Amino acid sequence: MALEFTDQNFDQEVLKSDLPVLVDFWAPWCGPCQMMGPIIDELAKDMGGKVKVGKLNVDENSGVSQRYSIMSIPNMKVFKGGQMVKDFVGVQNIDTLKEELGKL
Amino acid sequence: MDKTFDLIIIGAGPSGLAASVYASRYKLEHLIFGMEDGGQMNEIHQIENWPGNISISGRELVGNFISHVENYGVKINHESVVNLKKIADERFEVETSRGKYVARSVILAMGAEYRRMNIPGEKEFIGKGVSYCATCDAMFFKDKTVAVIGGGNSAAVVALELADFADKVYLIYHGNKLTAEPVWMEKMADSAKITKVDDTGVLEIKGEEKVEKIILDKPHEDKTFLKVDGVFIEIGSEPGVELARKLGIETDDGNYIKVNADQSTSLPGIFAAGDITTGSNKFRQVLTAASEGAIASSSAYKFVKLK
Repeated sequence: MALEFTDQNFDQEVLKSDLPVLVDFWAPWCGPCQMMGPIIDELAKDMGGKVKVGKLNVDENSGVSQRYSIMSIPNMKVFKGGQMVKDFVGVQNIDTLKEELGKL
Repeated sequence: MDKTFDLIIIGAGPSGLAASVYASRYKLEHLIFGMEDGGQMNEIHQIENWPGNISISGRELVGNFISHVENYGVKINHESVVNLKKIADERFEVETSRGKYVARSVILAMGAEYRRMNIPGEKEFIGKGVSYCATCDAMFFKDKTVAVIGGGNSAAVVALELADFADKVYLIYHGNKLTAEPVWMEKMADSAKITKVDDTGVLEIKGEEKVEKIILDKPHEDKTFLKVDGVFIEIGSEPGVELARKLGIETDDGNYIKVNADQSTSLPGIFAAGDITTGSNKFRQVLTAASEGAIASSSAYKFVKLK
């Protein structure tokens, strides 16, 4: 299962993480985000150990969402060493995500 | 020798899912491949013309379709299909990112993707004010000014959806007449937030970090630009026909797969259903997509079992 990131744990879990982290910005009202849900869980399972994978509900965590000026979801951002290194807007297929994460 | 399935359905929108329900009831041993469970249905705010539900969100209807498919023990494979070829009579090989599968018939139900405007700034500002999904992004434009580009039904629905959040909504379209259903037209007339900008095109989307304004091809209230925080593009869709091309299946001038009344294509054993076809008078509805899926499965059944 994918992890859950929040305004409270974001700095610790994402920015200070030793592993690269994929954060899926989503909200319950967004259909395509629901569609990404199982794909993100599958990714978490398959990439475990190499990349940390988690979701952040923008509805409940406006601090982080505003910090990264989220204006469109689903949005997947990849962080490495505290910096955002990749940004995917809209629904992505799992193979593309795996390939991109494999390059890190 | 690998297992040969009766049918492979490519696409998991309303046509592919309806095809799977019918295929299960015809006892066709089948697989369904799709990257997006429910396809374009996910992006519809409210559906008010699906008989049996007076008003239902796209997401809820997707859930209903998926439960119906899974009720027969079928699971959607989230594998992207990369190639499709005919390997013998009544034998088609579907190659995905993870393997190869053989079936005696195939239903192409990959649907359509948003049509892009291909104007400067469109691509650059995706995720920074440019959106193709109001259901996803309307909330981010609370008390802001937005533009909706398009003059059809989906543009009208999106303008109304945005009016629930935004302060001001410009609806910009070519020609002098909107082609939305009269029900939506009446609702728009009642909204004080929606301003129609007719007979106008958008040439460019501009801004620094995010969208700030759009450039018009003729003045609106003496200005050739509008200050906006967001741009929602709703100018229809394009069929995803790459796979059909690999098989040499006939398409029309708009790249839609030509289908007969039984949803068969120019290649025996290959059927097509939903927004990807020339069928149903190109009336792009969940209802017509589902009905084409049902007909396609019935035809695949006759092709595989009754010959």
